[in-house]
Amino acid sequence: MVEKHTSEIAFSEAPVRVSEWRRFRRVFFERKLVTFGLVILLLMVIAAVFAPLLVPYDPYQPGKGESLLQPSTKHLLGTDLLGRDTLSRLIYGARTALMVGFISVFTSFFIGVPLGIIAGYFGGIINMVIMRAMDALMCFPMLLLALFLAAVLKDYFSGIWVVIIALSIAIIPGYARVTHGVTLSIKENDYIMAQRAMGSSNTRVMLGHILPNAFPPLIVLMTMQLGALILAEAGLSFLGIGIDPPGAAWGAMVYDGYRYLANHPVLWLAPGIAIALVVFAFNIVGDGLRDALDPRLRGLL
Amino acid sequence: MPSTLGLEACSSDKEQNMAELLKVENLKTQFHTESGVVKAVDGISYYIDEREIIGLVGESGCGKSVSQLSVMQLISTPGKIVGGEVIFEGKDLLKYKTHGPEMRSVRGAKIAMIFQEPMTSLNPVLTVNQQLTEMLELHLKMSKKAARGRAIELLGMVGIPDAQNRIDDYPHQFSGGMRQRVMIAMALSCSPKILIADEPTTALDVTTQAQLLELMKDMVERLQTSLVIVTHNLGVVARYAQRIYIMYAGRIVEAGTTKDIFGKPRHPYTIGLLKCIPRLDEEEGRKLVPIKGLPPNLINMPPTCAFLPRCSYKVGRCSKEPWPPLKNLHGQHYVSCYANTEVKDK
Repeated sequence: MVEKHTSEIAFSEAPVRVSEWRRFRRVFFERKLVTFGLVILLLMVIAAVFAPLLVPYDPYQPGKGESLLQPSTKHLLGTDLLGRDTLSRLIYGARTALMVGFISVFTSFFIGVPLGIIAGYFGGIINMVIMRAMDALMCFPMLLLALFLAAVLKDYFSGIWVVIIALSIAIIPGYARVTHGVTLSIKENDYIMAQRAMGSSNTRVMLGHILPNAFPPLIVLMTMQLGALILAEAGLSFLGIGIDPPGAAWGAMVYDGYRYLANHPVLWLAPGIAIALVVFAFNIVGDGLRDALDPRLRGLL
Repeated sequence: MPSTLGLEACSSDKEQNMAELLKVENLKTQFHTESGVVKAVDGISYYIDEREIIGLVGESGCGKSVSQLSVMQLISTPGKIVGGEVIFEGKDLLKYKTHGPEMRSVRGAKIAMIFQEPMTSLNPVLTVNQQLTEMLELHLKMSKKAARGRAIELLGMVGIPDAQNRIDDYPHQFSGGMRQRVMIAMALSCSPKILIADEPTTALDVTTQAQLLELMKDMVERLQTSLVIVTHNLGVVARYAQRIYIMYAGRIVEAGTTKDIFGKPRHPYTIGLLKCIPRLDEEEGRKLVPIKGLPPNLINMPPTCAFLPRCSYKVGRCSKEPWPPLKNLHGQHYVSCYANTEVKDK
């Protein structure tokens, strides 16, 4: 009888997983700002993916006699020195920004996270070697390191890939350190010992049990770094590294525009605002994700 | 609480004709810390037969858990197994590499372990199904589907109602007792030869404790598994164990059948432990006598008996001679003590 009773209770408790998802949604969308950020990101992704369909003009094709036009109904954001439509270039710039952001984030994730787990899990000399190497890498400011790497790599890779590789390397330490820290605390849990007592190999413990537990802070870190990376990419292309002409990148557009600071403010304002909005959106969405995924992480990253 | 009658029934009929399954010889595990070498396990020897239930009893920090983790080679730095043999099925487990495939195929498949804290012994981000089937797929090379079927069956066996649906739940959706049941199911999933239960019921309330111990006993009988119960609670082992080892400061100080230990305890420490257990079958008014003092610091232990400072039976020899060796009294009853404690004040 008692058994029966408990099983009924178990039944009524069953849809807990649904409410977990509900809780996530509630916390995530609770703040209007997060929703706003998400909308911006969605718009940007759509713009980047469907760029060829959305642009009113070819972003690379110089327009004859249309140099430095002010915004009008024909060119919503005017044209640049070569007569190219700023709006079209802005949309193509979103492509560059997103591509650099996503590829770098995932590359460094796949390098930094294993390094961090290995260092944290095995400890000792392995930990020493990996983490001190990461510390050394971290000593350099991200932009400076990326600049240096870009200069070195320039002869071996073309255009945008220089930026991607340089930025990936620059942010590896961030992943390694966060993963390392989380691993150190996770590996002390009883379930890790229990897993080992069940005959799981080290690889299995690391991939199957430590990694899933380390995910929440890593997802937040990834989102936040996407913003930082887009900013860094803009910085690099502002300095003339990365995108080869006539490719469109927001940083390069700001650079092109700043020569007409007073006369044609839209030339630098448009890409500048785009950068600011996207970085802001990524940060606020990352913040929202953090609160929604794991309330304990509030204020940790 | 244990009644002497129950003990007799349990220990007499199983003593003959059982093959020795695991034999631990002079096992030593030390931790090299900054303040010195901690001899957590200092030369213990014990054995367990097939389908036998033994108890390993001692207070916190006496090396019970460390000795069991050493058998599984799960000691992590700065701990180190410095000597001894663990003979299991004719092979010395300590000769295997810690993370080698041979050792891994012993862990979980041949010797399984249950830990103290059911609340933290399951991975919170994986469902029970994922955790249970992982072992089956790993050791028994079962297919996903077969493993799931077996896992549901196991959950049913350990008394989880509605196992069909509960299997896809996460650990936080189970209560402590239920989680420990899941742990038992997990540990027994590959039908190991030996199950080591490291204080399996310490974190649970008394009624759940009793249920779980009964369950464990049923399960090991059903699966013909030997069981090592590690505990600080003599009451827990009294009812289930056939033989009991009493540990103090990294050594076994008394060993014997449950009947010997409860009926004729000979080591002052065992006597002390028994004196502080309240019993139902005794006359009113007996005072519970605690063991005075604290367990010794395992760093820089004196060469003499470690229990000496707390002992109320000490004789002249005790402070002059090294730790007494285990001396056979009769049958399976061993004690490591110089004093003649054969007193009737039990």
